Amino acid sequence: MRPAVLITAALVVAMALGVALFGSPYLTAHVTRMLVYAIFAMSLDLLIGYCGLVSLGHAAFFGIGGYTTAVLAAKLQITNVLVGLPVSILTAALGALAIGLLTLRTKGIYFIMATLAFAEMVYFFVNDSDFLGGSDGLLVRARFRLDIGSLVSLDASDRTVTFVIALVAAALTFIGLFLFVRSPFGRVLQGIRSNEKRMRALGYPVARYKLACFVIGGALAGLAGHLHVLLTSLADPSILDWLHSAQVLMMVIIGGLGSLIGPAIGAFVLIELIDQAAELTEHWKLIVGVTVIAVTLFGKGGLVGLGSALAARFHGAKVGA
Amino acid sequence: MQLSTFLIQVLNGVQYGMLLFLIASGLTLTFGVMGIINLAHGAFFMIGAYLVFQFTRFWGWPLALAYVAAIAAVVALGAVVERTVLAPLANRDHLDQVLVTYGLILIFDELAVIQWGKDVQPAEIPAFLRGSVHLTDMIIYPVYRLALAGAGLACAAGLYLLVARTRLGMIVRAGSVDRGMVSALGINVAPIFALVFGLGAALAALAGILAAPILSVSPGMGDKIIIIAFVVVVIGGIGSIKGAFVGALLVGLFDSFGKVLFPTVSSLVIYALMAFVLVWRPTGLFGKRA
Amino acid sequence: MNAQPILIETWDLSKSFGSLGAVRNVSVAVARGEIHAVIGPNGAGKTTFLNLLSGELPVSSGSIVFEGREVTGWSPDRLARVGIGRSFQHSSVFEDLSVHENLRLAVQMRFPKSFGLFRAAESYPDVGARVADILGELSLAAASRTRAGELSHGEQRQLEIGMLMAIAPKLMVLDEPTSGMSRNETLELIGILRRLSARHTLVLVEHDMDVVFQLADRITVLVNGAVLASGLPAAIREDASVRSAYLGHDD
Repeated sequence: MRPAVLITAALVVAMALGVALFGSPYLTAHVTRMLVYAIFAMSLDLLIGYCGLVSLGHAAFFGIGGYTTAVLAAKLQITNVLVGLPVSILTAALGALAIGLLTLRTKGIYFIMATLAFAEMVYFFVNDSDFLGGSDGLLVRARFRLDIGSLVSLDASDRTVTFVIALVAAALTFIGLFLFVRSPFGRVLQGIRSNEKRMRALGYPVARYKLACFVIGGALAGLAGHLHVLLTSLADPSILDWLHSAQVLMMVIIGGLGSLIGPAIGAFVLIELIDQAAELTEHWKLIVGVTVIAVTLFGKGGLVGLGSALAARFHGAKVGA
Repeated sequence: MQLSTFLIQVLNGVQYGMLLFLIASGLTLTFGVMGIINLAHGAFFMIGAYLVFQFTRFWGWPLALAYVAAIAAVVALGAVVERTVLAPLANRDHLDQVLVTYGLILIFDELAVIQWGKDVQPAEIPAFLRGSVHLTDMIIYPVYRLALAGAGLACAAGLYLLVARTRLGMIVRAGSVDRGMVSALGINVAPIFALVFGLGAALAALAGILAAPILSVSPGMGDKIIIIAFVVVVIGGIGSIKGAFVGALLVGLFDSFGKVLFPTVSSLVIYALMAFVLVWRPTGLFGKRA
Repeated sequence: MNAQPILIETWDLSKSFGSLGAVRNVSVAVARGEIHAVIGPNGAGKTTFLNLLSGELPVSSGSIVFEGREVTGWSPDRLARVGIGRSFQHSSVFEDLSVHENLRLAVQMRFPKSFGLFRAAESYPDVGARVADILGELSLAAASRTRAGELSHGEQRQLEIGMLMAIAPKLMVLDEPTSGMSRNETLELIGILRRLSARHTLVLVEHDMDVVFQLADRITVLVNGAVLASGLPAAIREDASVRSAYLGHDD
């Protein structure tokens, strides 16, 4: 896995430089969007791929983070990313704590349905709320800023600045999660996924670990939500609906469950796929639907799985020759 | 609250509950008997409504024929989907089932848009069910809604008889307790699964057809109601028809009274109900205790 | 508290599923350091009894007292933390993880300092050393990198015992530890269990009578969920009712 990680890191750096130096504003925004969804997808992979918590309501935390940012900026005139970012992460984490306490009481199919339903609840709450802009959402007219004391004073709504913030956030998220899943704590989560009964029999307070994982995943989804609003200046209810949760789930599967880098790549791929399909035909949902079915039924382990299988064949061919 | 308001809300709740029951029963049976979570179940709801629209508006068929043909068509579609896409999923984990059936939603929704466009289509109440009736001298209630509630209750009674009194029903009940055991006993499960799935699809289609005059017909109508159906199944307990019935009534009544008592947060009321049930009974009111 | 002679006892412990009484008024006392075997015909409620002891199943009535403390209704993980470890009738291991990782997860429970958030799990030498010890004792060292799901049946049961050794519980509750094992593997396991009994108390359900009479200090016989007889092995062997109910029909 290590060489693959290094290659990916190199590609990311190259992309960053390329976009920063040569990118049109459209391209910059496009890549930023991919980074936002890479973070979102990795946060869901932590839940499903590492801890076995199949959540269909993950968009709720993306939305809580995004709406927090929008409310701070549009209603409280707080546009400094230095404040908005941590506060958005915090509210998303609190939301995950509340929903997690309720849904983690259930298992299996009930858990899937419960996460789905609670996310819908958040959607309706936001959609029906005049304060939060109702079905039109909250538009942030002011420009975001990144002010750190007297040292740094940047226009965070500038496409390039947003891109760099997103890039740093994505890189830190990836590195953080990479180390975290290899740590003893991360191993416990994987043990829970592998055999929850045995983990309990060993004495692990499984419920607490699951909740911690759910909250961490929710917090990172909130980070992605914050960046989304930074980029688009709009928080609307569609970022909370279950179709959005299903989209990020597809990114995780296409990339490869339980691999972290896979879902990040899956985010890039699915966004590109949707964009290209949308240009091809207004009925792009057909293409995406068929792709998802095909990948799930026939694609073992997503893109990462495919890559490993190819690498193994290549190795085998070299050794056997 | 005035008595008349109270009674009207009860009627509204029962009517909505019956609609939900028609959809949730298929959902809970599919999971309980076949072990498959089918997110695309709402597609049958939508397609039933659209087919009646197609048959009556474009081909000028009489209403009764349109109803029967639409349900038959949906059952046929359900059988095809079950054999080709869902049967291979039976032994795979829930995540795969969620993804594949989500893909189906995208496909069905888009096919509906291709065929009928994105606009919301109105549907007419059949002539003999129009108008309102005096239940008491204070309460006037639409005939159609009463008919809807009645149809739902009739189906519930029919399902109860089927599950409790027939051999098929016995197999269904056994299967929802221990799926593997049923096939180990030598009972050929494939036709039973197809039958159960077809029945669920038929009920969902019926719900769509009956709901169309009230909700109108649009490509997203299945997506919106399927979530509520999930809430019903979670509250009632997976695999239990009785649970689907009780859960649907509860959701219908809570939603109805919620709109009157808590208008600002009315859409949250049923989720609060679900939260309460999950804390008290994590596997639903009538679900298998873990 | 630690010097108490009785480690665990049950008082009128009962469990029913609907009208089916699986465990009926079982009162048993297990002394510290003892090897206590629970035997009985199929369907006698032995596994259900073990499930009650380890918290896997909720009790219908009666109580369980561990080290003088009432622990009825405690969850499995809470019981494991106070010192009740369990092996299951069908080996419950982490099938998609390596043998090494299986043991490492168990050992980790015993080293509170090893719960870091960002240091790699491999970088805790104490944990690694203990895993190596256990691998050696079980002669599973060669299979360290193998996925647990690919082990033979007997090796998986050994791995389970290994995990118990790793968490070193005061009481080990073992459900048919030798089932499916070859003659050699069984003899090896008897040796391991004997060594373990020097520092742990064992309650085991067993069908292999040779194993039972070689190891047990005391035996309890369950028939139809109730205690038929309980006492020293010699006495159980002689007991007429036990003979007719169980030993007489045994292989």
